Amino acid sequence: MIEYLPLLFILFLGAIIAIGAMAVGKILGFASKNTKGKFDPYECGMATIGSSHVQFKVGYYIFALLFLVFDVEALFLFPICANLKTILAGSQPEITPAIVVADLIIFVAILVSGLAYSWKKGFLKWE
Amino acid sequence: MYTPSNPNIVGDFVREWVPNLVAYLPATVQGYIPSAEIAALINVVICMVAMGVAGIGPVPVLIYMERKICAHIQCRLGPMRLGPHGVLQLAADIMKLLFKEVYAPKSVQTFLYYLAPILVVTAPFLNLCMIPFGKNLQVADLDIAIPFIIAVNGFGILSTMLAGWASNNKYSLISGMRSGAQLISYEVSFALVLLLIVMLAGSASLGGITESQSGNFWDWWIFKAPVLGLLAFVMFLISSTAELNRAPFDVAEAEQELTGGHHTEYTGMAFSMFYLAEYINLFTTCCVATVCFLGGYNAPCIGIAAVDGILNMVPGIVWFLAKAFFMVVVYMMFRWTFVRPRTDLLMALEWKFLLPVNLIMLVLGFVFVAFGLFLP
Repeated sequence: MIEYLPLLFILFLGAIIAIGAMAVGKILGFASKNTKGKFDPYECGMATIGSSHVQFKVGYYIFALLFLVFDVEALFLFPICANLKTILAGSQPEITPAIVVADLIIFVAILVSGLAYSWKKGFLKWE
Repeated sequence: MYTPSNPNIVGDFVREWVPNLVAYLPATVQGYIPSAEIAALINVVICMVAMGVAGIGPVPVLIYMERKICAHIQCRLGPMRLGPHGVLQLAADIMKLLFKEVYAPKSVQTFLYYLAPILVVTAPFLNLCMIPFGKNLQVADLDIAIPFIIAVNGFGILSTMLAGWASNNKYSLISGMRSGAQLISYEVSFALVLLLIVMLAGSASLGGITESQSGNFWDWWIFKAPVLGLLAFVMFLISSTAELNRAPFDVAEAEQELTGGHHTEYTGMAFSMFYLAEYINLFTTCCVATVCFLGGYNAPCIGIAAVDGILNMVPGIVWFLAKAFFMVVVYMMFRWTFVRPRTDLLMALEWKFLLPVNLIMLVLGFVFVAFGLFLP
Protein backbone atom coordinates (compact mmCIF):
# COMPACT_ATOMS: atom_id res chain seq x y z
CA MET A 1 0.00 0.00 0.00
CA ILE A 2 2.89 2.34 0.69
CA GLU A 3 3.41 2.71 -3.07
CA TYR A 4 0.10 4.56 -3.24
CA LEU A 5 0.98 7.00 -0.44
CA PRO A 6 1.95 9.76 -2.95
CA LEU A 7 -1.63 9.74 -4.27
CA LEU A 8 -2.91 10.80 -0.86
CA PHE A 9 -0.51 13.74 -0.76
CA ILE A 10 -1.05 14.77 -4.37
CA LEU A 11 -4.74 15.04 -3.49
CA PHE A 12 -3.67 18.12 -1.54
CA LEU A 13 -1.07 19.35 -4.06
CA GLY A 14 -3.60 21.30 -6.08
CA ALA A 15 -5.12 22.74 -2.92
CA ILE A 16 -1.69 23.86 -1.71
CA ILE A 17 -0.94 25.50 -5.06
CA ALA A 18 -4.33 27.24 -5.16
CA ILE A 19 -4.19 28.47 -1.57
CA GLY A 20 -0.60 29.65 -2.07
CA ALA A 21 -1.41 31.48 -5.28
CA MET A 22 -4.48 33.15 -3.80
CA ALA A 23 -2.56 34.15 -0.67
CA VAL A 24 0.17 35.71 -2.82
CA GLY A 25 -2.52 37.48 -4.82
CA LYS A 26 -4.11 38.72 -1.63
CA ILE A 27 -0.80 40.13 -0.39
CA LEU A 28 0.44 41.61 -3.67
CA GLY A 29 -2.88 42.77 -5.06
CA PHE A 30 -3.46 46.52 -5.03
CA ALA A 31 -6.75 47.24 -3.32
CA SER A 32 -8.82 49.62 -5.37
CA LYS A 33 -11.00 52.27 -3.74
CA ASN A 34 -14.17 50.89 -2.21
CA THR A 35 -16.60 52.61 -4.50
CA LYS A 36 -20.33 52.02 -4.36
CA GLY A 37 -20.50 49.46 -7.15
CA LYS A 38 -17.40 47.48 -6.29
CA PHE A 39 -19.03 44.80 -4.17
CA ASP A 40 -22.17 44.43 -6.26
CA PRO A 41 -22.67 41.31 -8.37
CA TYR A 42 -21.62 41.89 -11.97
CA GLU A 43 -24.66 42.29 -14.15
CA CYS A 44 -23.63 44.46 -17.08
CA GLY A 45 -24.28 47.70 -15.22
CA MET A 46 -27.81 47.05 -14.03
CA ALA A 47 -28.78 46.88 -10.38
CA THR A 48 -29.38 43.27 -9.34
CA ILE A 49 -32.96 42.30 -8.59
CA GLY A 50 -33.29 39.76 -5.79
CA SER A 51 -31.01 36.86 -4.96
CA SER A 52 -29.80 34.38 -7.55
CA HIS A 53 -30.41 31.45 -5.22
CA VAL A 54 -33.70 30.70 -6.86
CA GLN A 55 -35.43 27.47 -7.81
CA PHE A 56 -34.00 26.20 -11.03
CA LYS A 57 -35.23 24.18 -13.98
CA VAL A 58 -36.08 20.57 -13.21
CA GLY A 59 -34.76 19.43 -16.60
CA TYR A 60 -31.24 19.37 -15.20
CA TYR A 61 -32.37 16.96 -12.50
CA ILE A 62 -33.64 14.41 -15.02
CA PHE A 63 -30.35 14.50 -16.90
CA ALA A 64 -28.53 13.93 -13.64
CA LEU A 65 -30.67 10.84 -13.00
CA LEU A 66 -29.98 9.49 -16.49
CA PHE A 67 -26.29 10.16 -15.97
CA LEU A 68 -26.36 8.13 -12.75
CA VAL A 69 -27.95 5.17 -14.53
CA PHE A 70 -25.47 5.13 -17.39
CA ASP A 71 -22.38 5.89 -15.39
CA VAL A 72 -23.19 3.11 -12.94
CA GLU A 73 -23.74 0.86 -15.94
CA ALA A 74 -20.29 1.74 -17.23
CA LEU A 75 -18.82 0.99 -13.81
CA PHE A 76 -20.58 -2.39 -13.72
CA LEU A 77 -19.23 -3.22 -17.15
CA PHE A 78 -15.63 -2.25 -16.31
CA PRO A 79 -14.65 -5.43 -14.41
CA ILE A 80 -16.08 -7.77 -17.02
CA CYS A 81 -14.60 -5.78 -19.91
CA ALA A 82 -11.17 -5.73 -18.32
CA ASN A 83 -11.30 -9.49 -17.79
CA LEU A 84 -13.21 -10.55 -20.89
CA LYS A 85 -10.20 -12.15 -22.57
CA THR A 86 -9.15 -13.85 -19.34
CA ILE A 87 -12.63 -15.27 -18.79
CA LEU A 88 -12.79 -16.66 -22.31
CA ALA A 89 -9.30 -18.11 -22.10
CA GLY A 90 -10.15 -19.69 -18.73
CA SER A 91 -10.49 -23.36 -18.04
CA GLN A 92 -14.29 -23.50 -17.79
CA PRO A 93 -15.55 -25.08 -21.04
CA GLU A 94 -19.19 -24.13 -20.35
CA ILE A 95 -18.34 -20.41 -20.76
CA THR A 96 -18.44 -20.04 -24.51
CA PRO A 97 -18.11 -16.72 -26.34
CA ALA A 98 -21.75 -16.92 -27.41
CA ILE A 99 -22.95 -17.12 -23.79
CA VAL A 100 -20.76 -14.23 -22.68
CA VAL A 101 -21.86 -12.02 -25.56
CA ALA A 102 -25.53 -12.91 -24.99
CA ASP A 103 -25.24 -12.00 -21.30
CA LEU A 104 -23.62 -8.67 -22.06
CA ILE A 105 -26.10 -7.83 -24.78
CA ILE A 106 -29.01 -8.55 -22.40
CA PHE A 107 -27.42 -6.24 -19.84
CA VAL A 108 -26.96 -3.45 -22.38
CA ALA A 109 -30.44 -4.04 -23.85
CA ILE A 110 -32.10 -3.42 -20.47
CA LEU A 111 -30.37 -0.05 -20.33
CA VAL A 112 -31.18 0.77 -23.93
CA SER A 113 -34.85 0.11 -23.18
CA GLY A 114 -34.55 2.66 -20.36
CA LEU A 115 -33.02 5.18 -22.75
CA ALA A 116 -35.72 4.48 -25.34
CA TYR A 117 -38.41 4.98 -22.69
CA SER A 118 -37.06 8.34 -21.58
CA TRP A 119 -36.61 9.37 -25.21
CA LYS A 120 -40.24 8.48 -25.98
CA LYS A 121 -41.43 10.25 -22.82
CA GLY A 122 -39.64 13.38 -24.01
CA PHE A 123 -37.20 13.64 -21.09
CA LEU A 124 -34.31 14.07 -23.51
CA LYS A 125 -35.92 17.15 -24.98
CA TRP A 126 -34.46 20.37 -23.73
CA GLU A 127 -36.67 23.40 -23.98
CA MET B 1 -2.81 -10.85 -18.54
CA TYR B 2 -0.95 -7.70 -17.61
CA THR B 3 0.29 -7.53 -14.04
CA PRO B 4 1.28 -4.07 -12.84
CA SER B 5 4.98 -3.70 -12.36
CA ASN B 6 6.43 -1.70 -9.52
CA PRO B 7 4.65 1.64 -9.37
CA ASN B 8 7.48 3.88 -10.42
CA ILE B 9 11.14 3.87 -11.12
CA VAL B 10 11.94 6.83 -8.86
CA GLY B 11 10.03 5.21 -6.03
CA ASP B 12 11.96 1.96 -6.43
CA PHE B 13 15.22 3.84 -6.42
CA VAL B 14 14.34 5.73 -3.26
CA ARG B 15 12.96 2.71 -1.47
CA GLU B 16 16.07 0.73 -2.31
CA TRP B 17 18.68 3.36 -1.54
CA VAL B 18 17.46 5.20 1.52
CA PRO B 19 17.70 2.11 3.78
CA ASN B 20 21.18 1.51 2.34
CA LEU B 21 22.25 5.04 3.18
CA VAL B 22 20.92 4.69 6.70
CA ALA B 23 23.23 1.71 7.13
CA TYR B 24 26.22 4.08 6.96
CA LEU B 25 25.07 5.97 10.05
CA PRO B 26 26.46 5.07 13.49
CA ALA B 27 24.75 2.08 15.00
CA THR B 28 23.42 4.06 17.96
CA VAL B 29 21.54 6.45 15.68
CA GLN B 30 20.24 3.77 13.34
CA GLY B 31 17.81 2.38 15.85
CA TYR B 32 15.92 5.68 15.93
CA ILE B 33 15.56 6.05 12.16
CA PRO B 34 12.73 4.07 10.58
CA SER B 35 14.33 4.09 7.13
CA ALA B 36 11.40 2.55 5.24
CA GLU B 37 9.17 5.39 6.37
CA ILE B 38 11.80 7.97 5.44
CA ALA B 39 12.11 6.37 2.02
CA ALA B 40 8.35 6.54 1.61
CA LEU B 41 8.31 10.21 2.59
CA ILE B 42 11.17 11.09 0.22
CA ASN B 43 9.27 9.28 -2.49
CA VAL B 44 6.17 11.34 -1.70
CA VAL B 45 8.16 14.56 -1.96
CA ILE B 46 9.71 13.50 -5.28
CA CYS B 47 6.32 12.52 -6.66
CA MET B 48 4.74 15.80 -5.58
CA VAL B 49 7.51 17.84 -7.17
CA ALA B 50 7.35 15.74 -10.34
CA MET B 51 3.58 16.09 -10.60
CA GLY B 52 3.78 19.81 -9.89
CA VAL B 53 6.26 20.20 -12.74
CA ALA B 54 4.36 17.87 -15.06
CA GLY B 55 1.12 19.71 -14.32
CA ILE B 56 2.16 23.34 -14.37
CA GLY B 57 5.12 23.04 -16.75
CA PRO B 58 3.14 22.52 -19.97
CA VAL B 59 0.57 25.23 -19.14
CA PRO B 60 2.56 28.25 -20.43
CA VAL B 61 3.40 26.30 -23.58
CA LEU B 62 -0.25 25.39 -24.07
CA ILE B 63 -1.48 28.94 -23.56
CA TYR B 64 1.12 30.28 -26.01
CA MET B 65 0.18 27.56 -28.52
CA GLU B 66 -3.50 28.34 -28.08
CA ARG B 67 -2.96 32.02 -28.84
CA LYS B 68 -0.71 31.40 -31.81
CA ILE B 69 -2.75 28.59 -33.37
CA CYS B 70 -5.96 30.55 -32.90
CA ALA B 71 -4.36 33.61 -34.45
CA HIS B 72 -2.97 31.78 -37.46
CA ILE B 73 -6.25 29.98 -38.12
CA GLN B 74 -7.92 33.38 -38.16
CA CYS B 75 -5.15 34.90 -40.34
CA ARG B 76 -3.82 37.05 -37.51
CA LEU B 77 -0.36 37.17 -35.99
CA GLY B 78 -1.26 36.72 -32.34
CA PRO B 79 0.89 38.22 -29.56
CA MET B 80 4.00 39.76 -31.16
CA ARG B 81 5.12 42.63 -28.93
CA LEU B 82 6.74 41.13 -25.84
CA GLY B 83 9.84 39.15 -26.71
CA PRO B 84 10.40 37.39 -30.03
CA HIS B 85 6.99 36.37 -31.42
CA GLY B 86 5.34 37.29 -28.15
CA VAL B 87 6.82 34.50 -26.02
CA LEU B 88 6.95 36.77 -22.97
CA GLN B 89 3.29 37.76 -23.24
CA LEU B 90 2.27 35.11 -20.74
CA ALA B 91 4.83 36.30 -18.19
CA ALA B 92 3.32 39.76 -18.46
CA ASP B 93 -0.17 38.31 -18.03
CA ILE B 94 0.87 36.43 -14.91
CA MET B 95 2.37 39.61 -13.47
CA LYS B 96 -0.86 41.43 -14.17
CA LEU B 97 -2.99 38.73 -12.53
CA LEU B 98 -0.65 38.61 -9.55
CA PHE B 99 -1.14 42.30 -8.80
CA LYS B 100 -4.89 42.25 -9.20
CA GLU B 101 -6.90 42.46 -6.03
CA VAL B 102 -8.46 39.21 -4.78
CA TYR B 103 -11.80 40.08 -3.24
CA ALA B 104 -15.28 38.68 -2.92
CA PRO B 105 -18.40 40.68 -3.75
CA LYS B 106 -20.63 41.19 -0.72
CA SER B 107 -23.40 38.79 -1.69
CA VAL B 108 -21.28 35.65 -2.21
CA GLN B 109 -21.03 32.65 0.10
CA THR B 110 -17.45 33.41 1.08
CA PHE B 111 -16.34 29.92 2.12
CA LEU B 112 -17.77 28.14 -0.91
CA TYR B 113 -16.63 30.99 -3.15
CA TYR B 114 -13.01 30.44 -2.16
CA LEU B 115 -13.38 26.65 -2.02
CA ALA B 116 -14.28 26.38 -5.72
CA PRO B 117 -10.90 27.54 -7.16
CA ILE B 118 -9.14 25.26 -4.69
CA LEU B 119 -11.17 22.22 -5.74
CA VAL B 120 -10.83 22.98 -9.42
CA VAL B 121 -7.04 22.55 -9.42
CA THR B 122 -7.13 19.49 -7.15
CA ALA B 123 -8.71 17.15 -9.67
CA PRO B 124 -6.32 17.44 -12.65
CA PHE B 125 -3.25 16.61 -10.55
CA LEU B 126 -4.86 13.35 -9.44
CA ASN B 127 -5.47 12.42 -13.06
CA LEU B 128 -1.88 13.20 -13.89
CA CYS B 129 -0.71 10.61 -11.32
CA MET B 130 -2.17 7.83 -13.46
CA ILE B 131 -0.33 8.76 -16.65
CA PRO B 132 2.66 6.60 -17.63
CA PHE B 133 5.04 9.14 -19.16
CA GLY B 134 7.56 6.43 -19.85
CA LYS B 135 8.16 2.84 -18.86
CA ASN B 136 7.50 2.71 -15.08
CA LEU B 137 7.61 6.50 -15.06
CA GLN B 138 4.34 7.11 -13.29
CA VAL B 139 3.28 7.82 -9.74
CA ALA B 140 0.92 4.90 -9.30
CA ASP B 141 -0.07 2.19 -11.74
CA LEU B 142 -3.54 1.53 -10.39
CA ASP B 143 -5.31 -1.38 -12.04
CA ILE B 144 -8.49 0.70 -11.92
CA ALA B 145 -6.89 3.76 -13.51
CA ILE B 146 -9.64 4.36 -16.08
CA PRO B 147 -12.54 4.31 -13.57
CA PHE B 148 -10.36 6.49 -11.34
CA ILE B 149 -9.94 9.08 -14.09
CA ILE B 150 -13.69 9.10 -14.71
CA ALA B 151 -14.35 9.52 -10.99
CA VAL B 152 -11.87 12.37 -10.69
CA ASN B 153 -13.44 14.10 -13.69
CA GLY B 154 -16.69 13.97 -11.74
CA PHE B 155 -14.87 15.89 -9.02
CA GLY B 156 -14.18 18.68 -11.50
CA ILE B 157 -17.91 19.11 -12.18
CA LEU B 158 -18.42 19.79 -8.50
CA SER B 159 -16.10 22.79 -8.50
CA THR B 160 -17.71 24.33 -11.57
CA MET B 161 -21.19 24.06 -10.08
CA LEU B 162 -19.93 25.27 -6.73
CA ALA B 163 -18.39 28.36 -8.33
CA GLY B 164 -21.61 29.04 -10.18
CA TRP B 165 -23.78 28.72 -7.12
CA ALA B 166 -21.57 30.43 -4.54
CA SER B 167 -21.03 33.52 -6.71
CA ASN B 168 -24.68 34.52 -6.24
CA ASN B 169 -24.71 35.96 -9.73
CA LYS B 170 -27.33 35.00 -12.26
CA TYR B 171 -24.85 34.53 -15.08
CA SER B 172 -22.73 32.30 -12.88
CA LEU B 173 -25.71 30.28 -11.74
CA ILE B 174 -26.95 29.61 -15.27
CA SER B 175 -23.41 28.77 -16.34
CA GLY B 176 -22.82 26.43 -13.41
CA MET B 177 -26.08 24.60 -14.08
CA ARG B 178 -25.46 24.40 -17.81
CA SER B 179 -21.96 23.07 -17.41
CA GLY B 180 -23.15 20.63 -14.75
CA ALA B 181 -25.71 19.19 -17.15
CA GLN B 182 -23.24 19.20 -20.02
CA LEU B 183 -20.38 17.60 -18.12
CA ILE B 184 -22.43 14.81 -16.61
CA SER B 185 -24.01 14.07 -19.98
CA TYR B 186 -20.75 13.82 -21.84
CA GLU B 187 -19.12 11.90 -19.04
CA VAL B 188 -21.34 8.97 -20.03
CA SER B 189 -19.94 8.70 -23.54
CA PHE B 190 -16.45 9.51 -22.23
CA ALA B 191 -16.75 6.50 -19.91
CA LEU B 192 -18.22 4.22 -22.58
CA VAL B 193 -15.48 5.00 -25.11
CA LEU B 194 -12.81 4.27 -22.53
CA LEU B 195 -14.73 1.11 -21.65
CA LEU B 196 -14.33 -0.04 -25.23
CA ILE B 197 -10.56 0.52 -25.06
CA VAL B 198 -10.42 -1.32 -21.73
CA MET B 199 -12.19 -4.25 -23.34
CA LEU B 200 -9.88 -4.31 -26.37
CA ALA B 201 -6.77 -4.01 -24.22
CA GLY B 202 -8.01 -6.41 -21.55
CA SER B 203 -6.79 -4.16 -18.78
CA ALA B 204 -8.03 -1.02 -17.04
CA SER B 205 -4.58 0.16 -15.97
CA LEU B 206 -2.91 2.72 -18.20
CA GLY B 207 0.35 0.75 -18.03
CA GLY B 208 -1.50 -2.33 -19.25
CA ILE B 209 -3.21 -0.41 -22.06
CA THR B 210 0.16 0.93 -23.21
CA GLU B 211 1.71 -2.53 -23.09
CA SER B 212 -1.14 -3.89 -25.21
CA GLN B 213 -0.10 -1.50 -28.01
CA SER B 214 3.60 -2.30 -28.13
CA GLY B 215 5.02 -3.13 -31.53
CA ASN B 216 4.51 -1.22 -34.75
CA PHE B 217 2.43 1.89 -35.17
CA TRP B 218 -0.47 -0.05 -36.64
CA ASP B 219 -0.70 -1.86 -33.31
CA TRP B 220 -2.03 1.31 -31.67
CA TRP B 221 -5.71 1.04 -30.87
CA ILE B 222 -6.66 3.80 -33.28
CA PHE B 223 -5.49 1.55 -36.14
CA LYS B 224 -5.49 -1.93 -34.59
CA ALA B 225 -9.25 -2.32 -34.24
CA PRO B 226 -10.40 -1.63 -37.79
CA VAL B 227 -12.93 1.24 -38.04
CA LEU B 228 -13.93 0.69 -34.40
CA GLY B 229 -10.69 2.24 -33.15
CA LEU B 230 -10.93 5.29 -35.38
CA LEU B 231 -14.60 5.74 -34.52
CA ALA B 232 -13.80 5.47 -30.83
CA PHE B 233 -11.06 8.08 -31.25
CA VAL B 234 -13.49 10.54 -32.83
CA MET B 235 -16.02 9.84 -30.07
CA PHE B 236 -13.33 10.42 -27.47
CA LEU B 237 -12.34 13.68 -29.14
CA ILE B 238 -15.93 14.97 -29.09
CA SER B 239 -16.84 13.86 -25.58
CA SER B 240 -13.56 14.96 -24.02
CA THR B 241 -13.79 18.39 -25.65
CA ALA B 242 -17.18 18.71 -23.98
CA GLU B 243 -15.69 17.41 -20.73
CA LEU B 244 -13.02 20.08 -20.94
CA ASN B 245 -15.66 22.77 -21.43
CA ARG B 246 -13.76 23.98 -24.47
CA ALA B 247 -15.21 25.53 -27.59
CA PRO B 248 -17.20 24.38 -29.58
CA PHE B 249 -18.84 22.94 -26.45
CA ASP B 250 -18.30 25.93 -24.18
CA VAL B 251 -21.95 26.81 -23.61
CA ALA B 252 -21.04 27.17 -19.94
CA GLU B 253 -19.03 30.31 -20.57
CA ALA B 254 -20.38 31.43 -23.89
CA GLU B 255 -19.03 34.97 -23.79
CA GLN B 256 -21.80 36.45 -25.88
CA GLU B 257 -24.46 35.07 -23.54
CA LEU B 258 -23.01 34.68 -20.06
CA THR B 259 -20.02 37.06 -19.87
CA GLY B 260 -17.45 35.00 -17.97
CA GLY B 261 -19.64 32.03 -17.06
CA HIS B 262 -19.05 30.49 -13.67
CA HIS B 263 -15.94 32.61 -13.04
CA THR B 264 -17.58 35.97 -13.73
CA GLU B 265 -17.17 37.07 -10.12
CA TYR B 266 -13.59 35.92 -9.67
CA THR B 267 -10.61 38.25 -9.88
CA GLY B 268 -6.84 38.00 -9.93
CA MET B 269 -5.29 34.74 -8.77
CA ALA B 270 -8.65 33.17 -7.89
CA PHE B 271 -9.68 33.58 -11.53
CA SER B 272 -6.35 32.34 -12.80
CA MET B 273 -6.85 29.08 -10.89
CA PHE B 274 -9.78 28.29 -13.20
CA TYR B 275 -7.60 29.17 -16.17
CA LEU B 276 -4.76 27.00 -14.86
CA ALA B 277 -7.06 24.04 -14.21
CA GLU B 278 -8.50 24.31 -17.71
CA TYR B 279 -5.07 23.89 -19.29
CA ILE B 280 -3.84 21.18 -16.92
CA ASN B 281 -7.04 19.31 -17.74
CA LEU B 282 -6.38 19.78 -21.44
CA PHE B 283 -2.89 18.33 -21.09
CA THR B 284 -4.11 15.43 -18.95
CA THR B 285 -6.83 14.57 -21.44
CA CYS B 286 -4.28 14.66 -24.25
CA CYS B 287 -2.16 12.26 -22.22
CA VAL B 288 -5.12 9.92 -21.75
CA ALA B 289 -5.81 10.04 -25.49
CA THR B 290 -2.15 9.30 -26.16
CA VAL B 291 -2.18 6.30 -23.86
CA CYS B 292 -5.50 4.89 -25.03
CA PHE B 293 -5.25 5.47 -28.77
CA LEU B 294 -1.75 6.47 -29.82
CA GLY B 295 0.36 3.84 -28.07
CA GLY B 296 1.57 5.85 -25.09
CA TYR B 297 5.33 5.81 -24.81
CA ASN B 298 5.82 3.20 -27.54
CA ALA B 299 7.91 4.32 -30.49
CA PRO B 300 6.09 4.44 -33.85
CA CYS B 301 7.96 1.45 -35.28
CA ILE B 302 7.40 0.67 -38.95
CA GLY B 303 8.45 -2.96 -39.07
CA ILE B 304 11.92 -2.42 -40.60
CA ALA B 305 14.53 -3.56 -38.08
CA ALA B 306 17.15 -0.89 -38.88
CA VAL B 307 14.71 2.02 -38.60
CA ASP B 308 13.02 0.58 -35.52
CA GLY B 309 16.36 0.27 -33.78
CA ILE B 310 16.94 4.00 -34.19
CA LEU B 311 13.37 4.88 -33.19
CA ASN B 312 13.61 2.72 -30.07
CA MET B 313 16.78 4.49 -28.98
CA VAL B 314 14.75 7.66 -28.34
CA PRO B 315 13.48 7.58 -24.74
CA GLY B 316 9.81 6.75 -24.30
CA ILE B 317 9.01 10.06 -22.64
CA VAL B 318 10.06 11.93 -25.80
CA TRP B 319 7.61 9.91 -27.89
CA PHE B 320 4.97 10.38 -25.23
CA LEU B 321 5.32 14.14 -25.14
CA ALA B 322 5.48 14.35 -28.94
CA LYS B 323 2.20 12.46 -29.22
CA ALA B 324 0.61 14.42 -26.37
CA PHE B 325 1.48 17.74 -28.01
CA PHE B 326 0.22 16.43 -31.33
CA MET B 327 -3.07 15.79 -29.54
CA VAL B 328 -2.96 19.31 -28.10
CA VAL B 329 -2.71 20.70 -31.64
CA VAL B 330 -5.64 18.50 -32.70
CA TYR B 331 -7.76 19.81 -29.81
CA MET B 332 -6.87 23.40 -30.60
CA MET B 333 -7.68 23.04 -34.29
CA PHE B 334 -10.92 21.34 -33.28
CA ARG B 335 -11.69 24.32 -31.09
CA TRP B 336 -11.20 26.93 -33.78
CA THR B 337 -12.80 25.00 -36.62
CA PHE B 338 -16.34 24.28 -35.41
CA VAL B 339 -19.09 26.60 -34.25
CA ARG B 340 -20.79 26.38 -30.88
CA PRO B 341 -24.07 24.41 -30.81
CA ARG B 342 -27.06 25.67 -28.87
CA THR B 343 -27.55 24.13 -25.41
CA ASP B 344 -30.52 21.99 -26.48
CA LEU B 345 -28.67 20.73 -29.57
CA LEU B 346 -25.67 19.98 -27.40
CA MET B 347 -27.74 17.78 -25.10
CA ALA B 348 -29.48 16.15 -28.07
CA LEU B 349 -26.10 15.38 -29.65
CA GLU B 350 -25.05 13.47 -26.56
CA TRP B 351 -28.23 11.61 -25.64
CA LYS B 352 -29.68 11.01 -29.09
CA PHE B 353 -26.54 10.48 -31.13
CA LEU B 354 -23.33 9.80 -29.22
CA LEU B 355 -24.82 7.51 -26.59
CA PRO B 356 -26.70 5.19 -29.00
CA VAL B 357 -23.66 5.02 -31.30
CA ASN B 358 -21.48 4.32 -28.30
CA LEU B 359 -23.70 1.48 -27.16
CA ILE B 360 -23.66 -0.04 -30.66
CA MET B 361 -19.87 0.22 -30.70
CA LEU B 362 -19.75 -1.43 -27.30
CA VAL B 363 -21.87 -4.37 -28.46
CA LEU B 364 -19.73 -4.69 -31.61
CA GLY B 365 -16.71 -4.66 -29.31
CA PHE B 366 -18.18 -7.52 -27.24
CA VAL B 367 -18.71 -9.56 -30.37
CA PHE B 368 -15.29 -8.79 -31.85
CA VAL B 369 -13.41 -9.54 -28.66
CA ALA B 370 -15.41 -12.61 -27.68
CA PHE B 371 -15.20 -14.29 -31.08
CA GLY B 372 -11.79 -12.87 -31.93
CA LEU B 373 -13.01 -11.25 -35.15
CA PHE B 374 -10.89 -8.66 -36.96
CA LEU B 375 -8.59 -8.44 -33.96
CA PRO B 376 -5.15 -9.94 -33.50
